[in-house]
Amino acid sequence: MRVVALLPALVSFAACRTAGVTAVEARPPIVQPGAPGEPTRVIGAEQAIDLSQVQYIGADIKFMQGMIGHHTQAIEMTDLLRTHSGSDVMKKLALRIELSQVDEIKMMQRWLADRGQQVPTGREHHTHGVALMPGMLTPDDMARLEAAKGVEFDRLFLEYMIRHHEGALTMVKDLFASPGAAQESEVFAFASDVEADQTAEIDRMGAMLNTLMKEHQR
Amino acid sequence: MRSIGNILLYMSLLLVCVGVTGGAQERRGSTPAADPRVGLKAGLRDAGEAAKNMERVATLPKPEGFFDPKAPGGTPTPPERDPNLPPPDPNEPPDPRFANMLGFANSDLAFSGTHLFMGNFHGFNTYDVEIARKPRLLASAVCPGGQGDVSVHGNLLFMSVEQTRGRIDCGTQGIQDKVSAERFRGIRIFDISDLSRPRQIAAIQTCRGSHTHTLVPDPKDPGNLYVYGSGTSLVRSAEELAGCSGLKPGEDPNTALFSVDVIKVPLAAPQNAKIVNRPRIFADPTTGAINGLWSGGEHGPGTQKTPETNQCHDITVFPQVGLAAGACSGNGILLDISDPEHPVRLDQATDKNFAYWHSATFNNDGTKVIFTDEWGGGTRPRCRATDPPTWGADAIFDIVDRKLQFRGYYKMPAAQTEQENCVAHNGSLIPVPGRDIMAQGWYQGGVSVFDFTDSAHAIEIAFFDRGPIDAKTLITGGYWSAYWYNGNIYGSEIARGIDVFRLTPSEYLSQNEIDAATQVRTDELNVQEQGRVAWPATAVVARAYLDQLTRGKAIEPERARAVRTAVDRADDARSSRGKSQAAIDQLDGLAAQLDRDAAAAVGRDAARLRSLAATLKGVAAKLH
Repeated sequence: MRVVALLPALVSFAACRTAGVTAVEARPPIVQPGAPGEPTRVIGAEQAIDLSQVQYIGADIKFMQGMIGHHTQAIEMTDLLRTHSGSDVMKKLALRIELSQVDEIKMMQRWLADRGQQVPTGREHHTHGVALMPGMLTPDDMARLEAAKGVEFDRLFLEYMIRHHEGALTMVKDLFASPGAAQESEVFAFASDVEADQTAEIDRMGAMLNTLMKEHQR
Repeated sequence: MRSIGNILLYMSLLLVCVGVTGGAQERRGSTPAADPRVGLKAGLRDAGEAAKNMERVATLPKPEGFFDPKAPGGTPTPPERDPNLPPPDPNEPPDPRFANMLGFANSDLAFSGTHLFMGNFHGFNTYDVEIARKPRLLASAVCPGGQGDVSVHGNLLFMSVEQTRGRIDCGTQGIQDKVSAERFRGIRIFDISDLSRPRQIAAIQTCRGSHTHTLVPDPKDPGNLYVYGSGTSLVRSAEELAGCSGLKPGEDPNTALFSVDVIKVPLAAPQNAKIVNRPRIFADPTTGAINGLWSGGEHGPGTQKTPETNQCHDITVFPQVGLAAGACSGNGILLDISDPEHPVRLDQATDKNFAYWHSATFNNDGTKVIFTDEWGGGTRPRCRATDPPTWGADAIFDIVDRKLQFRGYYKMPAAQTEQENCVAHNGSLIPVPGRDIMAQGWYQGGVSVFDFTDSAHAIEIAFFDRGPIDAKTLITGGYWSAYWYNGNIYGSEIARGIDVFRLTPSEYLSQNEIDAATQVRTDELNVQEQGRVAWPATAVVARAYLDQLTRGKAIEPERARAVRTAVDRADDARSSRGKSQAAIDQLDGLAAQLDRDAAAAVGRDAARLRSLAATLKGVAAKLH
């Protein structure tokens, strides 16, 4: 083990830059282990921080942009619930969906803004001709939901929201299937959470739908 | 850290919180405005600092290779975009200033001898901390995949990998394909016998990757080491790793959900480590259903929403008492690990204030366990004045007849800003004899040291905090972990590097108590693998007990004076190397009196009197 003078990394970096020479012996070498059985090798600092291939890519940006609209429609659906449903259980469900989606929309908007990307408001799907993300309600679906009341509304809401959430799972699946996508840590973590949360929500809504159907039969 | 989504804040609860907050502030004992942690200046390297009863003695920024020089602290405040410009093309290469901001995050710590190992989403760094005030970088290994939590056992270093960018060959280029034999998600094992050149010797692939892991020695089987791997992320496809299924239990009884990975590592041939069990520790004992615990959802009006228990986030083991505490998403669970390969669930807890059961810490006797709630996943501000003191907090349980009994909460009490991610996170015990004390990281909420000897009334006894990394935007940072190791507290700061602290004496903690904790030396520390500390019979330990009894007015002043004099005299007798029958007799006599005092006392006082008596006898024995 070499005894070396330890400079703060920032200082040593600045020193290298201004001197325009190879790294001063300010720190032990950076190594990169190999696969099991393969040797460990010394690498340079520039190579060490080269995350150029695990950055966000177009697919990540489109995922975030698309998910904002997707989430926004979920909120539009829950808005209807307040006036169209008579069920407290449904209202609680709506509140839960709404708040989680609002929080996530903010996160996605910040993520996009931080990266200088276009930040959708989420209401773009109201523009004629804009393609809908998987699972989203068409204007006809939305009109049908708006026209329904009481138990019929609840049933339709659950069916639509399950489909809507399943669409989000499809978006996550498509993201992970896109070459080079979800390699960035934040996108990976977010997509991972969307998958977990919406899967759980689908299960709960499925159970609610079953109960509703049974009660309705009786 | 869990991650970004998965946060629920009910507006209705916000309303409830207003009512709760007042009470909590009263409980804190002083006006919140007087807390020096409130209103600290922001900055990566020049943030304002506040400390009480502890001091920062060293800071070492992240080494080269583990930060982006263009954004050393993470993503800076975004520049204003000219709204008249056309939107950028999503397929343009990314702006490197906003690159992969968690890509270089520091994560968990492990210790061995004079070495500190700091995990990072990008690999790990090894430091020499022989002189705690001068930590020295010894080696940097690049091997990305997050979270990079590390544990150490002799010459073996273990690392958790969960992200889909992880590669078997430690490459930084990620994996572009949906299915790839090059992808690595699971637990890596490195041979660190040459510290500067760690060699990867095994890479155990798991279905969900490894978010965290825990080493589990088997007292009955020293030839093998077990590792509990906790995966919290997506289950990969069977095309990539045979046998992996993320289906629901009803669709596939062999689903990778609802289990933990038990890996057996033959210490003579660690390269042969493999998964030997995926125990169904959440099963319903009556029906046998593998999804037998919390099914997800809220706990009633005004409560937190807690996700389904289909994973553990972290497991802490205490092999000497044969117990493990699992912080498992929707539940805190207690496991019997006397057969480490086949853990058996003993009990489980839910909590209406918990958003996500995150980690666990036993006290030294194994009679209490603290669970943390990582509300907001670790990347959100959850210590604002409006956040309830029972949310994102520690829940403290007593273990009675191998069952969990809730006693109280503890949350770092100083209000933090919108720009500081803050919630309960990783901490470790400070081995002060006679008390239960923990140092804990709260991300950008700083380090908080608290006493939970009375598990229903935990109190803060020391703290350190910095202002936010950035004044305007939240940049993920702060303490992932704050662990006591051989006399100092080491903080793993996600963005800023490593901080070293020492405790200073106060009305809450005497110099003798700090010295007694410092006398306890460990040659290896993985915080999720707890061992029982036995304090040596020394004058310092005796004085620590005496200080506690005096503080609690649980000893007659006369008796206290006599003990102090006798202990001082014993010190003198030892240093002069002369035998002192008088000193021995005095100590033994006092010990007998203290034992009688103990018989008349109750609870902690009785225990401390007995411990003091035993220590005096031990001190006397050394004089023979």
